[in-house]
Amino acid sequence: MKWGVIVFPGSNCDRDCAYVLANVLDQDVTLIWHGDTSLGEPDAVILPGGFSYGDYLRSGAIAQLSPIMHAVQEFARTGGLVLGICNGFQILLEAGLLPGAMLPNVGLSFICEDVCVKVENADTLFTRHYESGQVIRFPIAHAEGNYHTDPVTLAALQANAQIVFRYCGVDGVVAEQANPNGSLDNIAGLRNAAGNVLGLMPHPERCAEALLDNEDGQLLFRSMIDAVTAGQDKKQATS
Amino acid sequence: MIRAKIHVTLKPGILDPQGRAIRQSLGTLGFDSVTDVRVGKFLEIELNQDDSVEAEAQLKAMCETLLANTVIEEYQYELEPHPSRHSS
Repeated sequence: MKWGVIVFPGSNCDRDCAYVLANVLDQDVTLIWHGDTSLGEPDAVILPGGFSYGDYLRSGAIAQLSPIMHAVQEFARTGGLVLGICNGFQILLEAGLLPGAMLPNVGLSFICEDVCVKVENADTLFTRHYESGQVIRFPIAHAEGNYHTDPVTLAALQANAQIVFRYCGVDGVVAEQANPNGSLDNIAGLRNAAGNVLGLMPHPERCAEALLDNEDGQLLFRSMIDAVTAGQDKKQATS
Repeated sequence: MIRAKIHVTLKPGILDPQGRAIRQSLGTLGFDSVTDVRVGKFLEIELNQDDSVEAEAQLKAMCETLLANTVIEEYQYELEPHPSRHSS
């Protein structure tokens, strides 16, 4: 399967993503410079973590206007799988590919730690290798992960099962004290209504091999691989 | 030339952790009358444009598409004539 990882000025998790995909999961990965206008023909695109454009103005605000984002918008519009991790999630929000916006963490601190996350919806293109309700351990590293949206949009996200990951305790209970950054409804990750775009603040690429004593993130990439492979099989069967 | 002064602030009701921290610090300094602090951004933009109607339309578009995130922020602007630096 072919992956494109977008490199913005200030991205710093692009190579982590590429490493996991190429070295752990034996995938075909291309790093794509933000100034390019074409993605090539990937099966999935990743907007990685980091501090694109130094977080000037707002996190992701400048990056969403990078030349490559026209191609990412078109790729997403035609059903391509797009994964935004941390700053990549912030860029997807600013680009309007996902609803809502990020505010500074409630405690104002940059939080860098492992947190427990509950898989709220395992019936997605990004989570089919997890089980609904499963509690996983993901590292977070951000200053602006305090998700916000209006009540109408939140209700729609809940009704459409678009909230994919929520911060929880080790027992899986989603409570205020398990919320690291003040995020609305403990939201750690959400998908779009069509289901082909996912953004999350935690870093699955930082917990995707046994050497790091945590492989919980690997299942997310494996889910995407299976989703694409199943789609290709279906296409071949019908052609 | 026109100079625009733009204020981008969080919408009412949106929690402002920075503002809250500053309010607490002001309280520590003894400014007991402070009941609320909201932090925003201030931008000055110079436009090579003398038509204030056109300038305002452009500014509104700039605010909507980039300068403010209208999910969480609102904006206000004012325009003033700005003599070109090169004019004699």
